[in-house]
Amino acid sequence: MSRKDLCIVGAGPAGMAAAVAARQNGLSVTVLDEAPRPGGQIYRDITRAPQQRQALLGPDYRAGAGLAQAFAQSGSVHLAGASVWHIEEDGAGFVLSYSTDEGSRVVEANALIVATGALERPMPLPGWTLPGVTTTGALQILMKSAGVLAESPVLVGCGPLQLLLAAQLVAAGRPPRAIVETVPAENMRRALKHLPRALRGAGYLVKGAGLLARLRRAGVPIYRDARDIVLEGEDRLEAVSFRSRGRAHRIETGSAGLHHGVVPNPQVTRLMRCEHRWHDSQRAFVPVCDAYGESSVPGLFVAGDGAGIRGARSAALAGRLAALRVAERAGQAASPEIAKLRRALARDAAVRPFLETLYAPCAQALSPAEDTLVCRCEEVTAGQVRAAAKAHAPGPNQVKSFLRTGMGPCQGRVCGLAVTALLAESSGRSPDETGYFRIRPPLKPLSLSELAEFVPDEE
Amino acid sequence: MYTRSEPVTTPVHFTFEGRPMQAQAGETVAAALLAGNVGAFRDTPVSGTARAPYCMMGTCFECLVTIDGRPNRQACMTEIREGMAVTRQKGAA
Repeated sequence: MSRKDLCIVGAGPAGMAAAVAARQNGLSVTVLDEAPRPGGQIYRDITRAPQQRQALLGPDYRAGAGLAQAFAQSGSVHLAGASVWHIEEDGAGFVLSYSTDEGSRVVEANALIVATGALERPMPLPGWTLPGVTTTGALQILMKSAGVLAESPVLVGCGPLQLLLAAQLVAAGRPPRAIVETVPAENMRRALKHLPRALRGAGYLVKGAGLLARLRRAGVPIYRDARDIVLEGEDRLEAVSFRSRGRAHRIETGSAGLHHGVVPNPQVTRLMRCEHRWHDSQRAFVPVCDAYGESSVPGLFVAGDGAGIRGARSAALAGRLAALRVAERAGQAASPEIAKLRRALARDAAVRPFLETLYAPCAQALSPAEDTLVCRCEEVTAGQVRAAAKAHAPGPNQVKSFLRTGMGPCQGRVCGLAVTALLAESSGRSPDETGYFRIRPPLKPLSLSELAEFVPDEE
Repeated sequence: MYTRSEPVTTPVHFTFEGRPMQAQAGETVAAALLAGNVGAFRDTPVSGTARAPYCMMGTCFECLVTIDGRPNRQACMTEIREGMAVTRQKGAA
């Protein structure tokens, strides 16, 4: 079996940029990605989307085309449709087990860059499991990957993605019915102290103002400071009801997009027992990494949103930085580009504290009502988790064995942070003290026949 | 409650619950079903309630369907193919 200098998990901006940089430095590279085509979620189907669709999605989407082309020409081995389900250290590096339509295989590498990006922060609200309720990201993925548009969706929550998708739907001639924003008035006041620093990344602020202006011109109603949100319906979504500035509203719709930020996808770094710490401002766990993205596991780097949310531009910079460090470790002279990349990363991050404060997660979803489901797979409510916390469950893994939260097919991807938050709320302990689910292989459900046919010594 | 903003130029034919449907080549099973206004993809094993895609990116497993007799397929991660027989997943399969 051939051993690579570098394996990269994920072919979004971080993974593609890392692969390009590593190949420029003569490393052998294999990139594994679940999707049939490169791009990750931010550039989903960028190599396939027709020009007209790309134009509607705008310049930030189109920016991925150049990177995808450089990646395609880089000489990296791209294993598309490959789900990594286990990674082990073997003394000298890493052994990755992955599955495709043809079964399971392994690939070995001296160094590993985890570029698995972000997940949307789960938004447990009453009725959020009804068909017709999706994440806002899901609505954008439908547009990017298929040109399929939701009919008059109501976008509930907060964050730049809400405004971006709304503007993209306006451009497509199919504006959303409304934006229901969960930002309390005091957030702007709190965020203002971060504004001077954010001006270093003024491009993001200008972009945001432009999106708001376009939505205003298109007449998309924005309801501010929304609370008491309920997604109503029997067997599918029929309406969104809420209170905004003291008044009750009810908007009929068959589609709602929920979004209140994204969080690092923790599956691989948790599986590898990398050290994680709670990030107060991002309200999520992030793996502890050095200035190059190397985690507490030597040789395992994390690049992109998986190392803390910084967006697509920083993801590409961080991917490049990590790859140059891997090349240096493999015996190459330190690249003069490294200092430049680190400066660019610092500049690009300047806007984050402002955005994180202004668009702090929705309070109602962070501490859901007793009868709201937090675990969608096993249908466990917030009240059940709180009761378990009071009765006998000191940590997420005890709750998991009592209630099965995190044992369904999503393996805690959706309920993980909610369970930690509910336990922390009940005990008064910090999220760091409370901890997170112990993530075990396989990372994706495997059929027994696939496991039985598993051939570990083939690539 | 979804519509296509582009014409289907390279049609792929498949069935859902035996009903003939059409999709654009290269898109996912989930996109094809939503564009065909399929409301529910599966019933949950716990309470039997109807579910449909939530994340569209392989995270939530709400879009599980049975494809050509193989259960537990993530519709949002699987490309639609000519002749596929897709059925709703009922409970744990």
